[in-house]
Amino acid sequence: MKLLLSAFGCGALFGLGLAVSGMGQPQKIMGFLDIFGAFDPTLAFVMAAAVGVHFIGQRIARRFKAPLLVPAFPTYEFTRVDRRLVIGSLVFGTGWGMVGFCPAPGIISAGFGTREGLLFVPSMLVGMAIFHGMETLRSRALTDETGAPAPSAAK
Amino acid sequence: MSSVPAALLGGALIGLAASLLLLLNGRVAGITGIVAGLAGRDALWRVLFVGGMVLAGAAVGHLLPGSLQVTVHLPAGTLIAGGLLVGFGTRLANGCTSGHGVCGIARLSKRSIAATLVFMSAGVLTVFVVRHLVHA
Repeated sequence: MKLLLSAFGCGALFGLGLAVSGMGQPQKIMGFLDIFGAFDPTLAFVMAAAVGVHFIGQRIARRFKAPLLVPAFPTYEFTRVDRRLVIGSLVFGTGWGMVGFCPAPGIISAGFGTREGLLFVPSMLVGMAIFHGMETLRSRALTDETGAPAPSAAK
Repeated sequence: MSSVPAALLGGALIGLAASLLLLLNGRVAGITGIVAGLAGRDALWRVLFVGGMVLAGAAVGHLLPGSLQVTVHLPAGTLIAGGLLVGFGTRLANGCTSGHGVCGIARLSKRSIAATLVFMSAGVLTVFVVRHLVHA
């Protein structure tokens, strides 16, 4: 119960920050990316503040042996800069530049009922589902060839 | 509220939310991962996180007129194509602006710094092509 309340509270705080900062306005994101035109630096201030506060937050959290409501901190299973990271980020950045939405701002915009958010979010979910489908097929193909599930596709 | 103080305050709240989620729930505030897990087994906390995000966002949208206003009206096809690319790309890269750009950079992860540089460069290039080459 505490876990769920805290998830709700953290989500609310996150949404509050996003909306107050202006990141729910795709024109500000596209303005930030338009460094050769009408540049809008807002995103840089938002990220600097978010990273700064969370840098301290991470340091504080690390002084605890475990999180307050669960037994263990997350472990990071991927550590290398690999092809999937680079290609995925290229694909994401291209879509981001086209519409000015990344996942969280798109979701709050859709929740507020904007036409743009309501077209963007279902499409984003379809994109995620296509990825999931391809991963399932890939892991099946690899399983068929070797008789064992592929470690990278197991997740 | 003028733009720079609002951006700093909003960003600080995002950082605080990510810190509390880590300290209390032991979770990374990466929205891509949280949303992708909605189809999995431990979906309930994710539903509540996203629900809280949407409710708070909508409340601000109503209380501060213009804060969620969209002034670039793109064709439906562009929004759909952009959505597909964002959904697929963030899953392949295992993170977006929140997971890599905020949480990953704050823990000085090389992977997340690389991801952020790549998606920002791709975004800059896309906006350049669309605004200054296609619509020049």
